[in-house]
Amino acid sequence: MGDKVGVFICHCGGNISKYINMEELTKYALTLENVPVAENYIFMCSEAGQDLIKDKIAEYNLDRVVVASCSPKFHEPTFRRTLQETGLNPYYLAMANIREHCSFPHSDEPDKALQKAKDLVRGAVARAKTLEPIEKKKQIMNKDVLVVGAGIAGIQASLDLADAGFKVYLVEKDASIGGNMPKVLKTFPTDDCAMCTVSPKMNEVAAHKNIEILSYAELRECNGSMGNFEVVVEKKARLVDERKCVGCGDCMAKCPSKTADDYNQIGQRKAIYIPFPNALPKVATIDTSVCLQITKGKCGVCKKICPADAVDYEQKSQMVKLNVGAIIVATGYKEYDPSIKGNYGYGRYPNIITQMQLARMMDPNGPTEGKIIRPSDNKEPKRIVMVQCMGSRDDKPTGRKYCSRVCCMIALKHANLLKRDCIKDSQIDICYMDIRAFGKGYEEYYQRVQDLGVRLTRGRPGEIIGTDDGSNNLIVRVEDTFTKEFKEIESEMVVLSCATDPSDGTKEVAKVLGIATDDGGFIKEFHPKLRPVDTSVEGIFVAGAAQGPKDIPDAVAQASGAAARTMALLSSDIAEISLDKALVNKEECKGCDICEKTCPFDAITMVDLPEGRKAVVSEALCHGCGMCAANCPTGAMQLRHYKDNQVLAEVGALIGSH
Amino acid sequence: MSDFEPKIITFCCNYCSYVAADTAGTRKEHYPANVELLRLPCSGKVDILYILEAFNKGVDGVLVTGCRKEQCHFMEGNYKAEAKVMFLKDILDEIGFGGNRLHVQFMSAGEPDEFVRAVTDMTARIKELGPNPVENKK
Repeated sequence: MGDKVGVFICHCGGNISKYINMEELTKYALTLENVPVAENYIFMCSEAGQDLIKDKIAEYNLDRVVVASCSPKFHEPTFRRTLQETGLNPYYLAMANIREHCSFPHSDEPDKALQKAKDLVRGAVARAKTLEPIEKKKQIMNKDVLVVGAGIAGIQASLDLADAGFKVYLVEKDASIGGNMPKVLKTFPTDDCAMCTVSPKMNEVAAHKNIEILSYAELRECNGSMGNFEVVVEKKARLVDERKCVGCGDCMAKCPSKTADDYNQIGQRKAIYIPFPNALPKVATIDTSVCLQITKGKCGVCKKICPADAVDYEQKSQMVKLNVGAIIVATGYKEYDPSIKGNYGYGRYPNIITQMQLARMMDPNGPTEGKIIRPSDNKEPKRIVMVQCMGSRDDKPTGRKYCSRVCCMIALKHANLLKRDCIKDSQIDICYMDIRAFGKGYEEYYQRVQDLGVRLTRGRPGEIIGTDDGSNNLIVRVEDTFTKEFKEIESEMVVLSCATDPSDGTKEVAKVLGIATDDGGFIKEFHPKLRPVDTSVEGIFVAGAAQGPKDIPDAVAQASGAAARTMALLSSDIAEISLDKALVNKEECKGCDICEKTCPFDAITMVDLPEGRKAVVSEALCHGCGMCAANCPTGAMQLRHYKDNQVLAEVGALIGSH
Repeated sequence: MSDFEPKIITFCCNYCSYVAADTAGTRKEHYPANVELLRLPCSGKVDILYILEAFNKGVDGVLVTGCRKEQCHFMEGNYKAEAKVMFLKDILDEIGFGGNRLHVQFMSAGEPDEFVRAVTDMTARIKELGPNPVENKK
């Protein structure tokens, strides 16, 4: 137990002292038992403030410290370092949050704010006295990295790491690496060919001596912690031997079974397929849900025709175990499914498509060989309406509250390409809420598109309906919010600029890794401003659209950021891990195994020892949540730094007499 | 009863409600000053013992806050917290203390409004119930 607690109260340059009487609070702190010194200062986090703490620790021989200041989310690490520099254990610090939880919300009631600040300081002092030292364990760092998702973000992160000498396992759930970028044809604001930009990167990844690609594979398990993760990746059965297949495509030509083309999102593909000509690895994959040999037991055409004897209907999926020191999640995005919104008619009217489908049509190697055609009659449409914010900025249950960031520029890019290359005599209308052309060179691009004669109507369409003249044309009903005029725009084809959703699989990956997601289902960053590529678990980073909607330059920049953070973590051979984890008191443990069943991370095992059956905690696996301790019927299981006596001391003091 | 200022203790999860309360503060959102916050690593760390001790010491209401369903940093701490609170509410009702002095509320780190609403509603609820009926508060 600490019996000399120093209390240090911060003015925060007025943020606290303007609303709470500092002298009164300091005087009150000195009345508390075992508090020989209390000081207040304008900025306790400054160097002078920290020196004040250090001086008083030496002068009064303090053994515990309370800092009453801003949220511990900001300066707990700062003040722990201050303690450490004086030779005190950094965990001898307790903080009273008198800014965010007191001076700010109660700025209208100074008397009550002072009273609450006294309560918070009293609680922190009571807690401080009970604090125990927590030591650090040395962890040998595994230098290999797992990258989940091989879109442009995953590819960039892998290349940066591999170039720096780190071994990278790049896992992709689809048949080919590349993600969404190869599909988009051109990239704004330069109208560069997307495939020409991403394809060299794909080849570089495949050829890099430090990168091992596991395509058509999914993350199944992850145990361990920063520096020492053990992961299991399932390499799904392609039913084609990757080493033998030469990617000639003969099997695709002869395969009799077709299904919806999930790569192009229009048209059909065969049951045995290579998703696109530049696919990597360029090997065929059998879709077992539609393959006649698998579903009906009769066909076998691909096996007969394959010149390399690569088809293997008996192939089984394989579980691959990997040990890595860090993980980067780059699972990307998918287009929002607009059929959820009945009033926009997607799926009901054939001539309503999405921007991604339009991009695939424009691709000379795509399903229509570059021709823009209406799905109903294969005719070239001359009047096209684009509808923005399809599902974005929409607080209805079917919508997404956030702005998807890229759809304005995608619509402008497609309007530009249509007017300049594909259908020069076309009339393009864009119905929008706001045009967000935020990036470098984007506003200029927007101006150029307007100069081409693309008509912009500010308003979110309420409805899209089919005409009743058998033409399969469409009428977009929209109120122009500038002129307050109600418009009905007739068009031959409507293109929906859909919201960005997290990719299929992002949720599962987050669950396996135990990392937090946000309301939209994207991976949550540790801190939106200062730790934007860290996740809620140390050693796991996030890059690209998995973290939130973003365009290619932002995804690539973030990927390089995540790679740099990973390198910083893995650059030392040994890392120090704080042991603020669960701890068993063996004498009190009765071996009931409730804690083992409670632990969500399988960090507790029951072991038969000479003195009986006891719980044992793995410090590497324990995340420090304390659920085991809260459920332990004897109190044998305790979470260090939040032991029952420590929490109860604070509870009692917070409530205690005024 | 109008002068009665209830004392309420709020157990906060380090990853959601504590952050929501920080943001509410930064935005200068006002809520009753009689609400004290105690930070735990997870709502699943809330022990029935802590709640009973708080009532025993004379607190008028206990609010347990945790992450929204499916958002727990530790996967299922919020479910465990909810189960504990529901269990304890029944017992508090049974012994005549009143289970409605105890409440559980879920919110995400990005929902400061939810935090303010939760503590404001809790204060109003406890004001109606009056002071903690425990005699000889320790």
